[in-house]
Parts: sequence; structure tokens; C-alpha cells
Amino acid sequence: MRSFVALAALGVLGAVLVVAVTGLEPFGHYPGPYGDVLAKVVPDERHTGQLVAATVFDYRAFDTLGEEMILFAAVCGCAALLRVLRSEHAGEGAPGRPVPSFAARAMAAALVGPVTVLGVYVIVHGHLTPGGGFSGGVVVAGALLLAYAGGQGLRLRRVGSITLLEGTEALGAAGFLALALAGLIAAGTLLKNFLALGTSGMLLSAGTIPVGNVAVGLEVAGAVALVFAEFLEQALLEDPE
Amino acid sequence: MSLLAYLVAVWLFVVGIYGVVTSRHLVHLVMCLSVAQASTYVLLLGIGYRKGGQAPIFGDIPTSTPVVDPVVQALALTDVVVGATVSALLLALAVQAHKRFGSVDPDELNALRG
Repeated sequence: MRSFVALAALGVLGAVLVVAVTGLEPFGHYPGPYGDVLAKVVPDERHTGQLVAATVFDYRAFDTLGEEMILFAAVCGCAALLRVLRSEHAGEGAPGRPVPSFAARAMAAALVGPVTVLGVYVIVHGHLTPGGGFSGGVVVAGALLLAYAGGQGLRLRRVGSITLLEGTEALGAAGFLALALAGLIAAGTLLKNFLALGTSGMLLSAGTIPVGNVAVGLEVAGAVALVFAEFLEQALLEDPE
Repeated sequence: MSLLAYLVAVWLFVVGIYGVVTSRHLVHLVMCLSVAQASTYVLLLGIGYRKGGQAPIFGDIPTSTPVVDPVVQALALTDVVVGATVSALLLALAVQAHKRFGSVDPDELNALRG
């Protein structure tokens, strides 16, 4: 019955949407003008060729500030929902738990270093090449997860790593906010690109864009690893000991 | 076939919402929501595409090259991050619902507990 009602309603919705999209410009005929304007002004105004990074961290940085806060709030919500209650006792890394095989541990140990380097590279080159704080942060978090997956003990809370991840995430969010306010203080406009623009194509160029990338990279790496660690802890709780 | 990309977006949205409405498992429901959300990526990138346009990054290409729209790509980036965090939050709620009610079927969560 429910699927019948859903099919009928969604059929109507789908038909309306199809009519709506037929009014769009044909695929491949970009109507503009914003993309064209950016392509024209960014290389001269911001000394970078990475138009997406310039949009995310400069021209529309206010959106990114809001997005950062959404990310921060959502991860805080996850941490609050998945906290270990007093009535539950924390997973003890029970001896019966399957230990990762030697091959898995060796692979994880061999990959942690290169993956970390790759993630940091993607973050700091975000204003020159595809990538940036969001994708690089996820790669760095992946390296942290490799370390967990390959490690023998999964007792995250013991080693204080959750606190460290929370701190990393908060530091990234606070860093982006500080960058926004620094523009207000230094140049009178929130999120103003107030640093020296440098030479296009150099690692230290494009003003505040790479700084924003690093702040976002920290936050995303902390957030992804934190959410994973919280879920992992729940999985350890579920074990009937 | 100039509408194909947009029709794919419509299809993903409709089929994702259908999954959400008829889902009998909270984790499945969150995945369906992700499918519906994926339609926005297709729609955004489809709108910004230009035939023969290069990636909007002037590293190895001259700045006069026609490029696709970077604004919708930035929007898609925001979209991906928000989508991932919303999924994480909903999955955390699913874990709590399972603890509280002992079930992950949305239909069995409506019993009020004092």
C-alpha cells in the first residue's frame, strides 16, 4: 500500500521535474556568466589558476565558513550521540577479538607514511592543482584509519586519541574562523584575502587561499577520523562480553 | 540526448526518495537518502558543463582556454561534505535507535516509551 502511494506521488514529482529540466539550457551549452567572469578575473586578481579553490576559499568563502560550521556541529552531534554511557562499559579489546593478519598489518604499516604524505601534499597544493583541504583531509584521515586497522589494540579512548582528534577538528574550525576574522581586522572586510598574493604557481601564493586549505584540511581529517573512531567504539561495545 | 544528464539527476532523486519512503531498515534509509542527494551532484555538474571545456584549473593550460564552470564545482564540493556529515549524524541516530528500541525498522520506532 505504502509503495503504491509512493509510486503514484513520485511519478507525479518525477514528471514535473522532467518538464522542469527540459527548460534548462541543453547539456554542454553553459549559459554563464559567473564561471566565465571568474575565469577572466581570478588569475590576475588572486594569482592562482585554481578557480575552484579561489571560489571556495575566497570569492564564496562565506559559504565555506557556514559549511565548516555545519561540519563541526554535525560531528559534535555524532560525538554526543555515540558517547559511551556510564551504564555501558567500554570495550576492553577482548582477547577473543580477531587480530589483523600479518599481511594486513604489514600493508597498513607500509602505507601509513606514503598516504599521510599524499594527503598533506594534496592539502598544501590545493591552490595549484586539483584537491585541497577537503579531499586532502579525507586522505589524511584515511592514513589514521589505516593505523587503527593495522594496529593490534583498538582501545582508542585509552591512548587519548579521541581527545587528540577532537582537538584537531576544533583547531581546524577555529583556524578558519580566525582567518575570517583576521580579514576583518587587517583589511576591514570579513574573509578578505589580506595576505601577499605572491607569484602565481608558487607554493606560497594566492594569499589566504592555502591558509584556508590547511585549516579545512585539519578540520576534515579530525572530523572523519573522529566519526570513524566513535563508530568503532560502538562496535566494540556491542560485543557481548 | 542533450537532456540525458538532467534525466539521470531526476531519476536518482526519485528513486532515492522512493527508497526512503519504503525503507524497512534505518541504515538502508540513510543510503537511499545518499542516492537522492547524489542527484544534486549530477545536476550541478551537468549545468556547469561546457562542450570541450577543460577543468577550471589554469596550471598547464593557457588562461584563454574555455573551462567548465568552477562555481557549480565549488557548490558540489560543499554538497559532498554536508552530505557526508548528514549521513554520519543519521547513522549515529540509527545506532541510538537500535539501542533504545532494539530494532532498526522505522515502523517499529513509533511506540512511545515513558
